[in-house]
Amino acid sequence: MIDMLVVDLSRWQFAATAMYHFIFVPLTLGLSFMMAIMESVYVMTGRQIWRKATLFWGTLFGINFAMGVATGIVMEFQFGMNWSYYSHYVGDIFGAPLAIEGLMAFFLEATFIGLFFFGWDRLSKVGHLVVTWLTALGANFSALWILVANGWMQNPVGAKFNPDTMRMEITDFMAVIFNPVAQAKFVHTVSAGYLTGAVFVLAISALFLVKGKHVELAKRSAVVAASFGLAAALSVVVLGDESGYVATEHQIMKIAALEAMYETEPAPAPWTLIGFPGENGQMGFHISVPWVGGLITTRSFTEELPGINELVERAQDRIRSGIVAYNALQDIRADGSNQEARAVFDEYWPDLGYGLLLKKYRVDIENATDEEIVMAAADTVPSVWPLFWTFRIMMGLGFFYIAFFALWFYRASRGWIDTNKPLLWFSLFTLPLPWVAIESGWFIAEFGRQPWVVEGVLPTFYAASGLTVLDLVLSLTFFVLLYSVLIVIMVILMVRVIKAGPKDQIFTSKGQPDDDDDFVIAALPATPATKERGS
Amino acid sequence: MSTIPLDYETLRLIWWLLLGVLLIGFAIMGGRDLGVGALLPFAARTDEERRILLNVIGPTWEGNQVWLVLGGGAIFAAFPPLYAVSFSGFYLAMMVILLALILRPVGFKFRGKVEDPRWRSAWDWALFIGGFVPALIMGVAVGNVLLGAPFHLDDTMRIFYTGNFFQLLMPFALLAGLVSLGMIVTHGATLIVGRTEGAIAERARTYGIWAGLGTIALFALGGAWVAFMNGYVITSVIDPNAPINPLSKSVELVQGGWLNNYRLYPWMIAAPVLGFAGLALAVFGLSSGRKWLAYLSSSTAIFGIISTAGLSIFPFFLPSSTMPNAGLTLWDASSSHLTLFIMLIATLIFLPIIVLYTGWVFRVMRGTVTGDNLTKNPNAY
Repeated sequence: MIDMLVVDLSRWQFAATAMYHFIFVPLTLGLSFMMAIMESVYVMTGRQIWRKATLFWGTLFGINFAMGVATGIVMEFQFGMNWSYYSHYVGDIFGAPLAIEGLMAFFLEATFIGLFFFGWDRLSKVGHLVVTWLTALGANFSALWILVANGWMQNPVGAKFNPDTMRMEITDFMAVIFNPVAQAKFVHTVSAGYLTGAVFVLAISALFLVKGKHVELAKRSAVVAASFGLAAALSVVVLGDESGYVATEHQIMKIAALEAMYETEPAPAPWTLIGFPGENGQMGFHISVPWVGGLITTRSFTEELPGINELVERAQDRIRSGIVAYNALQDIRADGSNQEARAVFDEYWPDLGYGLLLKKYRVDIENATDEEIVMAAADTVPSVWPLFWTFRIMMGLGFFYIAFFALWFYRASRGWIDTNKPLLWFSLFTLPLPWVAIESGWFIAEFGRQPWVVEGVLPTFYAASGLTVLDLVLSLTFFVLLYSVLIVIMVILMVRVIKAGPKDQIFTSKGQPDDDDDFVIAALPATPATKERGS
Repeated sequence: MSTIPLDYETLRLIWWLLLGVLLIGFAIMGGRDLGVGALLPFAARTDEERRILLNVIGPTWEGNQVWLVLGGGAIFAAFPPLYAVSFSGFYLAMMVILLALILRPVGFKFRGKVEDPRWRSAWDWALFIGGFVPALIMGVAVGNVLLGAPFHLDDTMRIFYTGNFFQLLMPFALLAGLVSLGMIVTHGATLIVGRTEGAIAERARTYGIWAGLGTIALFALGGAWVAFMNGYVITSVIDPNAPINPLSKSVELVQGGWLNNYRLYPWMIAAPVLGFAGLALAVFGLSSGRKWLAYLSSSTAIFGIISTAGLSIFPFFLPSSTMPNAGLTLWDASSSHLTLFIMLIATLIFLPIIVLYTGWVFRVMRGTVTGDNLTKNPNAY
């Protein structure tokens, strides 16, 4: 039997290291584009202050990026280390986007990041600008392939189980790339990254403005952040809605759990604004808005949304046909030429994963009792209340940031950037919120998919490596200690860099006269950059 | 599958080669940074000297490390069972490598941000660990591959690994670790000699010469050891186009079995010859001040030594000591025909582009690094 303690510790370790890694990724995504925008303005206008801004944000970017690289390699190793059966079972599909991520994206990003820092005096202005854009592009391509991989775990298209090799194998690679879940997740996730970058720049600029330091640089940075942030906040919410809509098609259970919708509601279903879901299949006290739930999830007035209890009943049927698939698979493994068994397997294989849910209760799942099937079907419901609440936190923050950036954008376009001290302080204190929203989002995506590691195909507990508890205790302790120390150091260093403020750089671009012009620039709305962004 | 223009056997062979290219690519490109890391506290004594060394590798090390990331990704995509068995089986060894690889990026970035000498010295040692430990442990891992790993598979391809961390530290495996460390240090030394001047270059030259000579001796000792050690030989007929099933073959342990390939295909002798010749020429280049000869020769040595290991165990990737027929070979541990083909297309498109832009970046960043560079660039490490 599978050691469930090892499975739980493996899950904790993966969750901890993935969520930790994702502290740094969104900032990389957002900040790299904002640096590229600022440097573009520098190259177009020749104004030194924009280069100064690029360099200042670049220093903070560099510290963050180092943490991203350090924790990213852990992710690549951990699939094999802690999830070896997963790696075997779906590596034929899942490995490809990861490898292509290396080929197409990470190589680009990691090669040019060095030139970003070391190439200022060795490249022409335009040459360096190209390097900065390529770095940003690399980071975003990287997100694309990682989300293609993750999207496949949510909606495993373009693949089929091969009884001869005992694993899922690719049948249609284009379906994997153009997986609607992956596409929706990609745009939602990078938008969240842009939002994070914008909040980061805006919050630190607000700090400078409150203190009356580096005012010209902070004003310009705030303008870029306000416009970039508004676009990002709008797209993160709109695309998040798209992501939810796509999930309704492919992961109904996740949606039902997010909404704590136990019973099937007549269309259009209400939407619960606030509520206290219990684990007993009942909703406690709640406030609902009529119709909204049905509209968000199905975008129709007539389509019915099944509740959790109905989905559990459906799962029982799928487990029963999963047993049929499993038995046929045993027959094929015993005798590869058994065409009858192959015919049965071809019909029932999509439910094989449901059959495997029984492995938690017995090895010989063909002899499963009715009670065990009922228990396994109940396992298909993820824990409801954490999902219900994190979803509302994430959504609330999304709407909050639309309002926040709309206000900032309006004020920036009127030239009222540093006039309202309470707003500046408030902006500084919103700094942690994008991370709260983003980590909530990943929690919903991954925890909401439980008990599956690959939706409907492979249960999480069945995918873990056969490690010992000691292995896991050692590695988990190691990660907790090292990661805690590193994040403290990182924050201290960032604070030091922010306190020291932007520096006047002494080097010049290759082959360019030092165009040290106007550090003192007139009122902001007159600068070409803001005109362009504002129009 | 008739629409795939290359047959399964050819694709498996191509991916065996490509994996070799990626791992050798990492050992040469990333290896120079590991070697410099391992030499950091010794070749450079003052803070300025250490900064010079860090700025030799600083602009390009991140790109170089992607060869390893890509190697890992390629193993996952092209040989999933190999990825699953090796990464989970060598679990704690992998954790040690991860420690080293986590320390590197933060070490580079964090070290220069604070002036305190204790802070800098602490990160110098972190960067030393980041270079020394992977170079050693990856070699120890290769040694264990030649010895065979204690794992078995059940009928569902679930993996059972029965060894522990300390069993990895067998004498032969440690010898392999030292060969790996020696070749990486030699290589790092040739880079330092090529890109710095004065006292650092002098010290690195001395370390490089000794490391090169030591590696020649250790590599020779390893060859002799292998001749008396048990190798794994497949005794059943392999269908190189069949769906993967490691358990379908039979395997025997034969003394000196790892040398069989050289009897069957005498051209393979070229690999160890390149290993020895590369090391010898690197030592010659270092002692006679021929910087490029030294650097290119140590690169050749890495190519030769890793190829020797790969060719000796061909067609194995990872033999099993406790259930020999479960050992993984390129024929029974690969991805599906279609995945191998798709990955080949992706590689043919992107690898040449990578080589082009990496070459360009290296050209931009070429030249000797001196104390001047440190003051000119405020981003310098």
